[in-house]
Amino acid sequence: MNRIDQKFKEDTKLLSIYFSAGHPELEDTVPILKQLQASGVDMVEIGLPFSDPLADGPTIQESSTQALRNGMNTEKLFEQLKNIRKQIDIPLILMGYFNPMMQFGIEKFCQRCEAVGIDGLIIPDLPVDVYHEEYKVLFDQHGLYNMFLITPQTPEERIRYIDEVSNGFIYMVSSASVTGAKNTFGSTQTDYFQRIQKMGLQTPTVVGFGISNADTYNAATRESQGAIIGSAFIKFLEQEGVARIPDFIKSIRA
Amino acid sequence: MNYNVDEKGYYGDFGGAFIPEMLYPNVEELRQNYLSITADPDFQKEFDELLKVYVGRPTPLYFAKRLSERYGTKIYLKREDLCHTGAHKVNNTIGQILLAQRLGKKRIIAETGAGQHGVATATVCALMGIECIVYMGELDIKRQAPNVARMKMLGAEVRPAQSGSKTLKDATNEAIRDWINNPVNTHYIIGSVVGPHPYPDMVARFQAVISEETKWQLQEAEGRDYPDHVIACVGGGSNAAGLYYHYLNDERVNIIAVEAAGKGIDSGESAATSALGKEGIIHGSKTLLMQTPDGQITEPYSISAGLDYPGVGPMHAHLFRSQRAEFISIPDQEAMDWGLTLSQMEGIIPAIETAHAFAALDVRKFGPEEIIVFNCSGRGDKDLDTYIDYFKL
Repeated sequence: MNRIDQKFKEDTKLLSIYFSAGHPELEDTVPILKQLQASGVDMVEIGLPFSDPLADGPTIQESSTQALRNGMNTEKLFEQLKNIRKQIDIPLILMGYFNPMMQFGIEKFCQRCEAVGIDGLIIPDLPVDVYHEEYKVLFDQHGLYNMFLITPQTPEERIRYIDEVSNGFIYMVSSASVTGAKNTFGSTQTDYFQRIQKMGLQTPTVVGFGISNADTYNAATRESQGAIIGSAFIKFLEQEGVARIPDFIKSIRA
Repeated sequence: MNYNVDEKGYYGDFGGAFIPEMLYPNVEELRQNYLSITADPDFQKEFDELLKVYVGRPTPLYFAKRLSERYGTKIYLKREDLCHTGAHKVNNTIGQILLAQRLGKKRIIAETGAGQHGVATATVCALMGIECIVYMGELDIKRQAPNVARMKMLGAEVRPAQSGSKTLKDATNEAIRDWINNPVNTHYIIGSVVGPHPYPDMVARFQAVISEETKWQLQEAEGRDYPDHVIACVGGGSNAAGLYYHYLNDERVNIIAVEAAGKGIDSGESAATSALGKEGIIHGSKTLLMQTPDGQITEPYSISAGLDYPGVGPMHAHLFRSQRAEFISIPDQEAMDWGLTLSQMEGIIPAIETAHAFAALDVRKFGPEEIIVFNCSGRGDKDLDTYIDYFKL
């Protein structure tokens, strides 16, 4: 069974963390993963940095730019993750834009993901239809899930379609925005979370974008199966360093 | 072969809409409506009328006598530089503002590099009384102060793009992010034949007026409605798309695209995408783009700000790969020299972008009976500082 499915069987208030590989320091990837698992995080999205991340806000873009400056690239990331499954057993997802994957070679990319033990991918700029026509067979061959996004503007019919073709989970973008931390969610968000929950989708949903603290985490997981924190974690990492990761996780789960 | 867009939004291998789900509703709304809205007689009437009385169309097709004598061939200039705001860009912004109104949009965003598209967008927003926000790279804002002032005078807000390399590609990223954040009330006026489908096709259709007029003007002047060669500069490629449009599938017409070689193709400071680019994805479109082996988009260079885009529109990528068009690239120096040549031989000071196209005359032989149409896409007023510095005028 894919580790992602396993995780959703065990837990319905998943805490997932996103960080940009190679940031703050090039070799931080493995130490960050170890700290996250030790702190009780359920799942991790490892960001593959890109020069032009157009769905991301300033925090993730800057961390991505810094990672590239530090020398991070696709090959380097796979090298860092070579022995990761000897140390980490929570689900690992690579999240990145499609162009660097294309240049690496999609088939080779999938092979390497499988070899190091990646469970799934999130590729914001690879549309559902293109994925299904051109890449799904390949991803399936390598045991890789591909997770799709929905937003408050996604029409119900399209949500149903995405639900049908999804595995793993559906990434619910919390509001009409790029990534970035918010302090609270308003009624627009909670209405949207409730609307989706009432749809009774077969695929678990995880809320991302704008989650930064215990309040937003709780609000998100009340109506969904999990929440993803990115920008707020990256800011913490920059200010406090890898060693203090457990404090951040504790503050979310407080 | 068909060189127009297919029903899925592709030109051969290129095009499509590689966009995050957050943009799906916006782009889908446009895709479903752009053909029916632009085919509507009321739309066409208003579009044609504005092009006539506001933009100043039809622009002349001018026979360049002295240039023709020197090169022993027949050279015509399609005078897009005479359009209101000084370049072809306004053809597209007029079309898109009318479209935005019919979609009920109350707010316009745009990206700009040198500021020409920003000015053309600010102009039509002023004309229609619609809020206008133009994203411009922080570095470009410093380099293009007069155009920033023009946009402000026209009532637009100019927002600096502070991410990445702080130039056109980053301004485009910021505009896309704005659109993600404002999905309902905002229309994004892209300035070139780039971006996700339907933008490349939509912008090409609005610019197609250039070749539509060329056809009847050439018929009047030469007794045939097609030339032997059409030549235009290509950054993203909107002026070229407009000049080529009605000749794309007419194999009697040779298509020549001129890119900016910058300081030389191998110098590391160039914008010659056809020579240096590889297939990839930029701003939602699969096309040729300049990038590192690892797939990071690189910063192009050209002395002309309108040509330093790291990609080309998918139509042009297809014209290149299928060999329908000849691609040549011209270094800064030759383009600058042509700025002077055209000024002194024809009394027309071209934009530096436009000057690149004319350098094709030095690269390639043309016969005495052959007819060439150049897109004289923009005027050189905006480049005066660069010309002054370069020639110590």
